[in-house]
Amino acid sequence: MKKHSVKKTNDTVFYIIITLASVSSVFILFGIILSIFSQGLKLFNSYNFLDFITGLNWYPVYDPPDFGILPIIAGSLLITSLTIIIAVPFSIATAVYISEIAKPHEKEILKPVIEVLASIPSVIYGLFGMAVFAPFIQKLLNLKTGFNAFTASIILGIMIIPIISSISEDAINAVPMNLREASYALGATKWETIFKVVLPAAKSGIITSVILGIGRAIGETMVVLMVAGNSAVIPKTIFDSVRPMTSTLASEMGETPVGSTHYYALFAIAAVLFVITLILNFIIGLIRGSLKTRHNN
Amino acid sequence: MIKQLKKIFIYSGAFSLLFLSVSCEKGKNISITGSTTVLPIAQSCAEYYMYNIDKKAKITVSGGGSGVGIAAIIDGKADIGSSSRKIKEEEINNAKNKGVNVNEIIIALDGIAVIVNNGVNLTNLTMEELKGIYNGSVNNWKQVGGEDKQIIVVSRDTSSGTYGSFIEMVLHKDKLRSDAMMVSSNQAMATTVSQTPFSIGYIGLGFLNSSKIKALKINEVEASESNIKNNTYPISRTLQMYINGNPQGDIKKFLDFILSKKGQELIEESGYIKL
Repeated sequence: MKKHSVKKTNDTVFYIIITLASVSSVFILFGIILSIFSQGLKLFNSYNFLDFITGLNWYPVYDPPDFGILPIIAGSLLITSLTIIIAVPFSIATAVYISEIAKPHEKEILKPVIEVLASIPSVIYGLFGMAVFAPFIQKLLNLKTGFNAFTASIILGIMIIPIISSISEDAINAVPMNLREASYALGATKWETIFKVVLPAAKSGIITSVILGIGRAIGETMVVLMVAGNSAVIPKTIFDSVRPMTSTLASEMGETPVGSTHYYALFAIAAVLFVITLILNFIIGLIRGSLKTRHNN
Repeated sequence: MIKQLKKIFIYSGAFSLLFLSVSCEKGKNISITGSTTVLPIAQSCAEYYMYNIDKKAKITVSGGGSGVGIAAIIDGKADIGSSSRKIKEEEINNAKNKGVNVNEIIIALDGIAVIVNNGVNLTNLTMEELKGIYNGSVNNWKQVGGEDKQIIVVSRDTSSGTYGSFIEMVLHKDKLRSDAMMVSSNQAMATTVSQTPFSIGYIGLGFLNSSKIKALKINEVEASESNIKNNTYPISRTLQMYINGNPQGDIKKFLDFILSKKGQELIEESGYIKL
């Protein structure tokens, strides 16, 4: 009887601990949203929202200051789209190779190598980009400077290849074997099977992986801070220096007086970044939902 | 299960005691925070002080930027706030409102050297030309007597004390050109300028050690220690530490050490200029 009651209290204790742990993440999320938005919205007491979103000048410490973040948003978008253009073909090719073509012993080498690529801290990528890769690109293409959107995107691309390829690979692996067999039975070649049967069947997973990659690219800070050059102007070519939202936050937050307009402006940028990533997550949800209903139909 | 839970409680209790005891030992602690330019000085002085002068003293040194240092004094979060720029009027007022009486101690001099990539065949710029390059009215090296090449302008980002001093001393009321590349440390500045042909940047005199960059004369005056001391080099500044009220006890002892002969020697070793 006594033993039984001890067991029961154990059960309750762990029920409480586990519930608290899972509920706490909800509280943390709402805490973050609340603090970012409450601080960020204070900017618009003294600064016009349209001037903030569409302004071309970012001069936070001048008198009077300018808080136009259009060049900064443009910098983030340029780097993110370039990164995706560079990384997606590589990642999907890698995923297809590992899951469909590679022999078992090749898999044993490739998979850990890609995992290591994923585990390298971003500051090391940044250091490599700053000291080795940017000067190399500058000389190779005879550019004004190697610290530009193109260089940063290549490095970011290398960083997100493991993310996209590993999730895509899972999606490709999850495609039922009988689909492939049916395709072969109809006389399709291996390539036809991969491109016309396997990849379309794995579409939802692949698109999810790409969007997760976009999320990673737009939120990455260290590499862009070290390699993108940080000029707050709207880039005219992909070889211009750009200043994404993340590096603006990272480089300016340290020295900004708490409670100043500049401080609120940085929080407002953080809010914009947050909204963009929320939209990305929302899109992932939509794609999953729509594909699920299509499967069910 | 119960046993494991007990263990967890015991461990967490032990840890919290540990932290409590650490935070109780506050008497001899001096915390310094602020300018990354002053950081090497604060570090070497603190180390020497703790090893050779007062072995019981515990001095914690951190960076963050001049604004962080001054804010820490205003908010009472540190004993000493270091800064590579002078405190602003609004910061003094802010401190007064919080009952803090900010006291300034100048500890060293520093010059900002204007550096160019080795490929730039110039040796001198006037302050007027430098201002033009940084406010965007001068875009090509031939406008200041160099080759027909676009000038790549590099600046420190807005959180840097060096940025604040440079903008104030060179640009006065003008705005920095918006297409300037921004870097976040003196080291990143040296790397960027050395790796970017036809680029120009600025750097604390103490960081002038790369062979791939060269310092320009400004108004025909070389960026050197003697020229900063005799006040002929135009881009120089003082480095200071801020405290609340008059220095007392351990803080006074430490500040006196920085201003002593040995302290000033350490400042010179860190690459700055003694008073």
